[in-house]
Amino acid sequence: MSVDQKMDSGRRTLLLATSAAGGVAAVATAVPFVASLTPSERAKAAGAPVEVDVGKLAPGEMMTVEWRGKPVWILRRTEDMLASLDKAEDKVSDPSSDKPMQPAYAKNKHRSIKPEFLVAVGICTHLGCSPSEKFKPGAEGGMSADWPGGFLCPCHGSMFDLAGRVYKSMPAPDNLEIPPHQYLADTTILVGEDGKA
Amino acid sequence: MSIRVINFIKRAAAVLLFAPAVAFAAGASVHLDKAPVSTDPAALQHGAKLFVNYCLNCHSASFVRYNQLENIGLSEQLIRDNLLFAGEKTGDLMKIAMRPDESKVWFGKAPPDLTLVARARASGDGSGADWLYTYLRQFYRDTERPTGWNNVIFSNVGMPHVLWELQGEQVAKVTQNADGTTTTTLELVKPGKLSPAEYDKAMADLVSFLVWMGEPVAEKRKSIGVVVLIFLAGLFVLSYALKKNYWKDIH
Amino acid sequence: MTTKTQALLNWVDERFPLTSSIKGHLTEYYAPKNFNFWYFFGSLALLVLVIQILTGIFLVMHYKPDASLNAAGVPVAFASVEYIMREVPGGWLIRYLHSTGASAFFVVVYLHMFRGLLYGSYRKPRELIWIFGTLIFLVLMAEAFMGYLLPWGQMSFWGAQVIVNLFSAIPIIGPDLSLVIRGDYVVSDATLNRFFSFHVIAVPLVLIGLVAAHIIALHEVGSNNPDGVEIKKKKDANGIPLDGIPFHPYYTVKDIVGVVAFLFFFSAVVFFAPEAGGYFLEFNNFLPADPLTTPPHIAPVWYFTPFYSILRAVTYPLFGLDAKFWGVVAMGASVVIIAFLPWLDRSPVKSIRYKGPIFKFAVVVFVICFFILGYLGVLPPTPGRTLVSQICSVLYFAFFLAMPWYSKIDKCKPEPERVNFK
Repeated sequence: MSVDQKMDSGRRTLLLATSAAGGVAAVATAVPFVASLTPSERAKAAGAPVEVDVGKLAPGEMMTVEWRGKPVWILRRTEDMLASLDKAEDKVSDPSSDKPMQPAYAKNKHRSIKPEFLVAVGICTHLGCSPSEKFKPGAEGGMSADWPGGFLCPCHGSMFDLAGRVYKSMPAPDNLEIPPHQYLADTTILVGEDGKA
Repeated sequence: MSIRVINFIKRAAAVLLFAPAVAFAAGASVHLDKAPVSTDPAALQHGAKLFVNYCLNCHSASFVRYNQLENIGLSEQLIRDNLLFAGEKTGDLMKIAMRPDESKVWFGKAPPDLTLVARARASGDGSGADWLYTYLRQFYRDTERPTGWNNVIFSNVGMPHVLWELQGEQVAKVTQNADGTTTTTLELVKPGKLSPAEYDKAMADLVSFLVWMGEPVAEKRKSIGVVVLIFLAGLFVLSYALKKNYWKDIH
Repeated sequence: MTTKTQALLNWVDERFPLTSSIKGHLTEYYAPKNFNFWYFFGSLALLVLVIQILTGIFLVMHYKPDASLNAAGVPVAFASVEYIMREVPGGWLIRYLHSTGASAFFVVVYLHMFRGLLYGSYRKPRELIWIFGTLIFLVLMAEAFMGYLLPWGQMSFWGAQVIVNLFSAIPIIGPDLSLVIRGDYVVSDATLNRFFSFHVIAVPLVLIGLVAAHIIALHEVGSNNPDGVEIKKKKDANGIPLDGIPFHPYYTVKDIVGVVAFLFFFSAVVFFAPEAGGYFLEFNNFLPADPLTTPPHIAPVWYFTPFYSILRAVTYPLFGLDAKFWGVVAMGASVVIIAFLPWLDRSPVKSIRYKGPIFKFAVVVFVICFFILGYLGVLPPTPGRTLVSQICSVLYFAFFLAMPWYSKIDKCKPEPERVNFK
């Protein structure tokens, strides 16, 4: 093209410099627009850590609290329930919680800080339904006779044990997520924030 | 140009110049003291303390979250310990327990939300800060008012002088001027906990906080603006040189 | 160009007029080479339109057109604007860009229109461009007016109240018409929702369509220039106008300079004076709408004030109809009359450069009157001011209505054969 032939080196330099500066301007302009798509202060405030008093929770009982709009289960497990985890050991797909579905302090057999209290996000890792309680062992709750107790997702039948570990060959790929949490006092849990290092 | 044109332009110019004077003469303009607004964190923190202790009982700041006070240098722990009432979270909005319909019965008018007061009170007379600074310092005793207080620039104000402990009590002296107008001067008859100079400083801090609250992003906005303008000035030089280069071909 | 991209381009061109459009509107669209400062404002108006649409899209993601009160007793719409200003990351900047953009739109459009007036850009064969332009101006006013209600502040509410009530001045259908516009007996949630719908969907669609028509019509007949000479009359052997240069790259690089300069001043307002002393964002609009308390002084935003002054200047009833009706008629006429300029100007030349002293004098008077009317429109009326605005209104209309006469008797200079360049 004729313009290209005539283009002297000065013009080329200026074109490059102006285009580069214009590109910087365009990217800088995009910053507030993209930022406006991220969670607002209100969303952050609503997603703030939730303080839960678990003192009144009886053994074997579960309570659900809302954190960032999601159900978080707090299950106070009995000795029997904890023992059931051993039975499930060879049936679950990730028994030692190797996949990063929990903070480091919950990477243990009972997937919790204190063995007694399970704190887990009650959302199935398959497609986001909330599994239902099937705590009673055996066939009573419509499960198989060797059911040690756990959770069953109503949507696609994924089964989890009482530590939120997913059974083998289930639609759900991962164990239930353990949210960051800490004990503020003996029976007060703060869900949503790790203990300060 | 013909004499007529020149005369017309003169007249038009006179209208343009004269009109503001007319505007001020016509409107009931009030004299406002210039508020020494500060962006210094210490002043803003002092203002925040006064605001929470004296204003936030009746007035909300319902667009502000407590944890936004971290932007004026207050730590989260400090906010939690000193500013929050039981059960409130640092991410909560600065709301009040009083219901608007109840307070309307008590004060005649629900106390307005103060988040934007420094922006809303601006007028031809001065900035919103000037108005607030003057208003907060010009309460005086008026036994005819239900609250026992009145204000020079906000006559028959519904709000009592909640800061009287600090300022003391003023009374109004109205003097007749030669031209028939009146001038109201205030006299401190009962000193408060603060000296007049200290009280003025406290009010300057409170107003500074209200200004900050009206637009917390203001300082950040200006600092980004400086960068943007410098960048655009540079881009202007480049684009102008580019234009010159292309246009040298056009004869 | 590599053969592959050439092949792709050919594939597209067989199905869509891409290359021919680029040629027709950019690389082989020949614009007069003598454009001056005044010719920046067309491209700038387009830029501001893009800014408004882009920022508008992002504001709609967070704004809520809801007049009901939230738990704190604040209207939801008002609270959602403060939510954007405080809680949405970058929201304050997007909002200030949009609010400043509204005023900037009128600044560049007024200057763009004045350019047309100076150089006779409305004259044959560009009458349709001018009519499309006037329609754009009208639609822009509607767009701005409806957008101004959305923050649901005191000025939003009372401004809408006053303007909608203007329609009730129309005989017979007036009261019902204003009821239909509001959808309620007062400006209310229903009004807010329909204004929102119009502001974000209906009116922008019309606006974009009119802008497209404006540019297509322009590229059909070619641009006018400060000398008012038709460059198409003198062409070289290839049929290219002797005084024409390709729009791209020459006017693209030139318009980029204008864009950067404009953005400098625009950013200065956005970052350092977004309220512009109460002219771009009015102080009373930081108070939520209160249907029971009118602010002590209501003035429209600055870009409406010249026309608002004309409305207020009419204080005499006529033919048994009250002054309010004639005020509305005068205000409407003051905008619509602009569309008739192509047939009002009977001067033998287009550009002010070659027009005679009477026309120049008339333009000076017109501009002064327009500024005075604009200035008086922000002030509360007094008898003196009303008189001044009446004189200025008469002169405003006289500029248009007497034009067929004074433009004909004026002593014009002869137009040159070719444009003046350097």
